[in-house]
Amino acid sequence: MKENRSEKQGTWSRKKSGSALFSFCITFVFMFVTWIILSGKFDPLLLGLGIFSSAIVAWFFHDLLFAGATMEQAGVFVRFCRYMPWLVMEIIKANFHMLYLVFHPRMRQLIDPHIIQFQTGLKSDIAITTLANAITLTPGTVTITATSEGGFRVHSIDRKSAEGLPGVMRDRVAHVYGENR
Amino acid sequence: MHILINIAAIFFLAMGLIFFLGGAVGIIRMPDFYSRLHPAGKLDTLGIFAMVLGLVIYNLHHFSIEVLLLSIKMFLIVFFVFLASPTATHSIVDAGMRAGLRPWTRKTKKE
Repeated sequence: MKENRSEKQGTWSRKKSGSALFSFCITFVFMFVTWIILSGKFDPLLLGLGIFSSAIVAWFFHDLLFAGATMEQAGVFVRFCRYMPWLVMEIIKANFHMLYLVFHPRMRQLIDPHIIQFQTGLKSDIAITTLANAITLTPGTVTITATSEGGFRVHSIDRKSAEGLPGVMRDRVAHVYGENR
Repeated sequence: MHILINIAAIFFLAMGLIFFLGGAVGIIRMPDFYSRLHPAGKLDTLGIFAMVLGLVIYNLHHFSIEVLLLSIKMFLIVFFVFLASPTATHSIVDAGMRAGLRPWTRKTKKE
């Protein structure tokens, strides 16, 4: 999945989009919020230095972090924020199942490690990356490979962890990136 | 109020400890390389989330803007662990697959 990402960045940096100002503003706000969180002081001097250095960083790197950012992608961001709590709930549920497995006295009869393959039909690299990360974060399943056509190979610890796999999680991720067919 | 905060903080800290213990025990008990990665990489993420949440709640004893910023900084740790842990787990699994290590299954055990 990492290889896909780097290819995508290559195409991004070549495409000089007209929304450079927009991505500059986003990068600037992001950098300045990080400055405030990490410094924690509100003197005018330190805030001014923060604005200055955030502006320099945003000027140089606006085509790196949020390259080609447009207003439509703000919708993706909002949907992603709504998807995060659901993902955290899934992680917590699956963690308790994993804890039950680990401390079970007859664990070797319960677990059934196997590799499953499925085709998700996701198109964009960022959706595939998000899905692969979500699968790996959820205990009981680890993404082995993810191809750029949306094919996945997943190692799963038992049948229960794997049963909901290509279904619900794929639909949530597809909804976030607007890829519902 | 202080007692409530203390109870919540202790609850989350103990929960985090249980998850970390589960991760450590799971590494020893699981049968093979791939299944060991499941408790190792995953129980730790929720463990660190619960422990940081407990510490943040404990911080709330005397609330101020600095304490709030400190809490955000602590949640940044959780955020980076949530980014780094799946990446590391994936690359370890990938290395195992590239080296040709075959996963343990129940069938090979029975035969």
